[in-house]
Amino acid sequence: MIHSLFLINYAGDIFLEKHWKSVISRSVCDYFFEAQEKAGEPDNVPPVIRTPHHYLINIFREKIFFVSVIQTEVPPLFVIEFLHRVAEMFQDYFGECSEAAIKDNVVIVYELLEEMLDNGFPLATESNILKELIKPPTILRSMVNTITGSSNLGETLPTGQLSSVPWRRVGVKYTNNEAYFDVVEEIDAILDKSGTTVFAEIQGVVDACVKLTGMPDLTLSFMNPRLLDDVSFHPCVRFKRWESEKVLSFIPPDGNFRLMSYHVNAQNLVAIPVYVKQNINFFDSGSSGRLDITVGPKQTMGKTVENVIVTIHMPKVVLSANLTATQGTYTYDPVTKILVWDIGKLTQQKLPNLKGSLSLQSGAPKPEENPSLNIDLKIQQLAISGLKVNRLDMYGEKYKPFKGVKYVTKAGKFQVRT
Amino acid sequence: MSTGSAFNDEKGGSSSTGEPEYGHDPASGGIFSSDYKRHDDLKEMLDSNKDSLKLEAMKRIVAMIARGKNASDLFPAVVKNVACKNIEVKKLVYVYLVRYAEEQQDLALLSISTFQRGLKDPNQLIRASALRVLSSIRVTIIVPIMMLAIKEAASDMSPYVRKTAAHAIPKLYSLDPEQKDQLIEVIEKLLADKTTLVAGSVVMAFEEVCPERIDLIHKNYRKLCNLLIDVEEWGQVVIINMLTRYARTQFLNPNINESLLEEGGEKAFYGSDDDDEDDEEKKAEAAALAKRKPYVMDPDHRLLLRNTKPLLQSRNAAVVMAVAQLYFHLAPKAEVGVIAKALVRLMRSHSEVQYVVLQNVATMTIKRRGMFEPYLKSFYIRSTDPTQIKILKLEVLTNLANETNISTILREFQTYIKSMDKDFVAATIQAIGRCATNIGEVRDTCLNGLVQLLSNRDELVVAESVVVIKKLLQMQPEQHSDIIKHMAKLTDNIQVPMARASILWLIGEYCEHVPKIAPDVLRKMAKTFTNEEDIVKLQIINLAAKLYLTNSKQTKLLTQYVLNLAKYDQNYDIRDRARFIRQLIVPTDKSGALSKYAKKLFLALKPAPVLESPFKDRDHFQLGSLSHLLNTKAGGYQELPDWPESAPDPSVRNVEVPEWTKCTSRKERKEKKVEKPFYSDSEGESGPTESADSESDSGSGSESGSEESGSASESEESEEESESEEEEEDEEEERTKKKKKIDKIKPKKPESAESEQSSGEEQKRSRKGGKERRSGSESESEEESESESSESESESEEESESDADTKKKKKTSASKPPPKQTKKESKRETKEMSLLDLDDFEPTPSPQVTPINNFLSNSLVTDLEGLSLTDTVLAPTTIAPSSSVRMHELLHRITGEGLGVEYCFSRQPFSPDPHMVAVQIQFTNNTSSETKSLHIEEPKLQSGMRIKEFPEIEVLPAGESVNVVMGIDFCDSTQAANFQLCTHTRKFFVSIQPPVGELMMPAFLTENEFKKEQETLLNGQLMGMNEITEKLTLGEKCQSDHAIIERVTATANLSRVPCGSDKEYSPPPPPSSPVSRFAGKTVSSGSLVLVTVVRKEGGGAQLTVNCEKMVIGTMLVKDILQALTQ
Repeated sequence: MIHSLFLINYAGDIFLEKHWKSVISRSVCDYFFEAQEKAGEPDNVPPVIRTPHHYLINIFREKIFFVSVIQTEVPPLFVIEFLHRVAEMFQDYFGECSEAAIKDNVVIVYELLEEMLDNGFPLATESNILKELIKPPTILRSMVNTITGSSNLGETLPTGQLSSVPWRRVGVKYTNNEAYFDVVEEIDAILDKSGTTVFAEIQGVVDACVKLTGMPDLTLSFMNPRLLDDVSFHPCVRFKRWESEKVLSFIPPDGNFRLMSYHVNAQNLVAIPVYVKQNINFFDSGSSGRLDITVGPKQTMGKTVENVIVTIHMPKVVLSANLTATQGTYTYDPVTKILVWDIGKLTQQKLPNLKGSLSLQSGAPKPEENPSLNIDLKIQQLAISGLKVNRLDMYGEKYKPFKGVKYVTKAGKFQVRT
Repeated sequence: MSTGSAFNDEKGGSSSTGEPEYGHDPASGGIFSSDYKRHDDLKEMLDSNKDSLKLEAMKRIVAMIARGKNASDLFPAVVKNVACKNIEVKKLVYVYLVRYAEEQQDLALLSISTFQRGLKDPNQLIRASALRVLSSIRVTIIVPIMMLAIKEAASDMSPYVRKTAAHAIPKLYSLDPEQKDQLIEVIEKLLADKTTLVAGSVVMAFEEVCPERIDLIHKNYRKLCNLLIDVEEWGQVVIINMLTRYARTQFLNPNINESLLEEGGEKAFYGSDDDDEDDEEKKAEAAALAKRKPYVMDPDHRLLLRNTKPLLQSRNAAVVMAVAQLYFHLAPKAEVGVIAKALVRLMRSHSEVQYVVLQNVATMTIKRRGMFEPYLKSFYIRSTDPTQIKILKLEVLTNLANETNISTILREFQTYIKSMDKDFVAATIQAIGRCATNIGEVRDTCLNGLVQLLSNRDELVVAESVVVIKKLLQMQPEQHSDIIKHMAKLTDNIQVPMARASILWLIGEYCEHVPKIAPDVLRKMAKTFTNEEDIVKLQIINLAAKLYLTNSKQTKLLTQYVLNLAKYDQNYDIRDRARFIRQLIVPTDKSGALSKYAKKLFLALKPAPVLESPFKDRDHFQLGSLSHLLNTKAGGYQELPDWPESAPDPSVRNVEVPEWTKCTSRKERKEKKVEKPFYSDSEGESGPTESADSESDSGSGSESGSEESGSASESEESEEESESEEEEEDEEEERTKKKKKIDKIKPKKPESAESEQSSGEEQKRSRKGGKERRSGSESESEEESESESSESESESEEESESDADTKKKKKTSASKPPPKQTKKESKRETKEMSLLDLDDFEPTPSPQVTPINNFLSNSLVTDLEGLSLTDTVLAPTTIAPSSSVRMHELLHRITGEGLGVEYCFSRQPFSPDPHMVAVQIQFTNNTSSETKSLHIEEPKLQSGMRIKEFPEIEVLPAGESVNVVMGIDFCDSTQAANFQLCTHTRKFFVSIQPPVGELMMPAFLTENEFKKEQETLLNGQLMGMNEITEKLTLGEKCQSDHAIIERVTATANLSRVPCGSDKEYSPPPPPSSPVSRFAGKTVSSGSLVLVTVVRKEGGGAQLTVNCEKMVIGTMLVKDILQALTQ
């Protein structure tokens, strides 16, 4: 299975290596660097690279390349999924998955990696088991550790590994028992030039933050579960219950976790909350262009559209932009050629507009294609599909938990072609 | 790593500073000698007495290792601390040891004894960790020690240690492949393990050590299928991939009929999609074929498909992919569609996941286009996608194109062509070309579109278009001379060699269509010949030769000129070509025989190229594998075998009786056959059922079966088949339904045979257990009165039997109803309980259970003995006037259109299968006409759950009622068993949900045994997990021991443990802490359930429940609490 792991930063320094079998020289990464150079963008580095003796499977996350070395046949997704879990674990432990965080906590990272794989085969990947084994660093604990010389390694033996609910620790205690659920829906859409929808769908997740004492058994039901077309669950969810009754029944992990993700039935028409009128022209003569974009609210179900941001990847020849925005601010980065217009809230009365000229590199032919617009937005207190949580019941424990549900709609991959 | 390189690393490391813990260290990155100095201070710290110093040193050393620096010279100093008390120091020492032991073999040996000691530790986690480190030390000399440790750990009582043993197997194998045979033995042993914890790891070991020993899987196949859903996700991936291979060797191709069709239609490109799209037609065809050659899916094959399907909902992309490939390779065509949705879902994931999934989708779309067609739009490309994703999506879109959707796809392609990403544009043009070749209707449209692209300003676009147009024109050149002319003009502008070469080739090939232009092009090319690229030069020579042959008048001189130029070219290929062509076409005195045929050679009709997907035929690699992704065999890849011509013997998967069962050989043989449809654990229990003294007696009924074992086993098999078929019914096509109806007639025979057998047993039981039966319930008397007329307690309806056959059946059903043990049903609502249920049926075969199983074995006789024992033990209880067993409604007579059905849990062992809970069902016909053929259909069960149906009731006359008994294996969960109750006219969906107390049966322990078990449960493993203690205030009516016992036994099917002091015989019980103990074990997995109630003064009490099954435990506590506080 997984033989070794190298963490490489954006600049190409190998700043951590871990071997689960015999040591493999880090020179194997040269093949990776070669592929990286060829690909240009980090997104374009092929996830699987073949070298004469090994295979390199890598992911790119938070500006770090996680490069794993494989020697024999293994499902590539197995490795990719595992590497993402590693990154998530770092995120979970250190609050961020960055080079600095990893370097600061190199011993914990090493201990984590040691526990997560045994001889290259995943051993403990559940966050709660790992946290029993290795306590995450906190400022308080690190202070206490320095003073008392105690360790951040769990003194108790992890029994979680043996339980039938490996995702939950035993003996969780809270003074305030709370369970919060966020229903977050993202609209993926492609609109064409004229504003008609080429493709639109809604993807949603239910994220939970559960801080409950003991072994609660929760049941979450929806008003309209039929909306959900395709679902995937955290392992804690009893699939059979879902199949038969369309309710989510589970013993929750402790803390934050993603309970389910879903896809809304494709037959339902997707309400597009905003419309965009755009006009981008490049002129043959004078090496200039014009840009005029207006954004307005459309089907918003009576809610305010917030955090509207328009991002445009301009063609290479665009040198600078001289624009005026009636609302919000815009920035143009001449290096990355990205124009960002941060609008903020959309109101019915005044439609925000961004207008002005673009100056192009002189002499260069005008770009053939107009850049497409990527829209970002957020609507609070609304699940655009209409999904509603009906109720949350708790069994197995006596206290009354505090329960809360929040709905948010966001733009996912929302693109307007021009 | 040599010291030299370490030195370099050291330097490299220091130059890229930023490691805070080294910032203060002046020695880091210093000269070589100071390197030693620094290590000296680390050594000092390691030698100190303070744990904190040691820890600090170890942390710094591990940080060095993490950055790839050499710390091997610290080995002696570090290894001394292997027995350090501080757990963190120890852990870090292990990390160091595993990293450097290979380089310092001799010193590493010093640590071995510590681990050997650890292997004997009473704590399972310490044992496991010792084994883990020991097996990670790659030192050949300790191979025998490792082997021994693995063997020992493989039979450890803790499943966690066994899991670690499974992990250690591949480690040892890679260290010393010679141990293979011994390791296979261990694998074989661990494969038989029944815990989910071990399953994934041992299959992984199997895959690494002996993937070719597919025969080891047979016996464990069904178990693996059933455990699969509860195995941890990584294990699931490995198991599913292995089972895919297994299934390919053991079952028949479910698409055998379709594939014949496919082969016929494959040549015409559309033929194959037609039957993809046109479902009805396909079905009809398939049905027609099926009639000719019926295919019946092996029930084990179905089992695999059914049990993997829910995993498509996993959050783990690798699991989803594994299931998807399993369905792609194994499922009947009609069922493969389910995976599409899940795969499309993965496309929202990280780009690496998308990349791999798209590769696989691309391969799938070639074989099964129809399945992804509904998701066409999900493959639309966004400008922000990385190029490699764009190109893969394009591939999928192209594969999905057909007559109906091509216009949408082409419109989409048009947007793509304008993209700024030129590689992507080139790929789009190729895709258009492929669509044009594949779909005749749009060829002209595509061609026109591509021609328009020829005026694009981007040269790459033009070049790519030329290449594609060339290929398209080759298909029908006659109609397109103007396009050729247009392209001829392009030679002035296009510089991309491939495009120029293509144009020249086209003009040469079709020079007859452009007789005027062609010589002119040659003239121009001759001018620039020396500056052209090699491939263009070759095409110029080609063009010259062709023109010379067709139009020698105009081009003779030009050709000579070109050939002369080529003669002195730098490239020998070109020189050779020129020489060869000159000889061939220019007539000379000694020109060879070939020149006569020159025209034929050059102007032969060339077949049009087939533009095909690079993913074609990739599916001979197992999808989702590394080899598939790379399209070459990766090391260690196991070929996916082709379907066998004829199915190997399916009986190899039947599980034998475990060796420890003391059966007579004859018995054993019989067991094997009869138990066929059930799984290993059930046999483990049922083995002793037949042992000992019951043998001769039961012989009257069941032994006759074994005498004619041949026929018995045969019919049994057919039953098994039909049973599973029923389950798959909804998925099967209609044709199989038809067939099944015929099949259904068959199973009746064995079933009735079985009922005979059980009735024989029952009779015997009634003889033996007469005493207990005297406590007599109505159902008993019903049996005595046989079939004349009977009164059922609740309904009291007259019933007259006429049919002799029904009589017999009735006897069976009537004999089973339980002697009511004066135990009350729990009054709680069952609904609430199911919420607490976990799909957990992990049997824990820890040693302490086995002996209990032995002496608790629910063999008929022991049971009876046990029951009589309970009678005495429960003496006080029986005195109490208690209500009868509570009936639950299964079907109200109004919804049932006059058919009322009630059920109760009879608390009788279910003799055909001891793992099942017996459910007594009472049918009452309230209508005025008779109801016919009452039976069960289509059970929809949780995984692992099983139903033993009652024999069909052929006639239920108006106003009559009848009792039958069925068995349900709830797998120790309170999930409802859903099934259909069918009459000759109607079907009713019903479900039976057991209260937790009914999932267990009494176990008979003495007080000492009880205490011992409680202790092992507490200490052995799981610690607090399996003990739940609650304080309560006893309800007014249950202040006495007597009442407590009554309530507890009413709530749960437990037996009272007699107290050593015989307290229960000395009423009134002493007021000082009266303790009541109850024991039982779960019906399905035989896990112990121990309940203790300690009564305190002032009406208080403490309830303790010990059970390995946490869920059962918690639910039981709730139930008992409620019963006691009321």
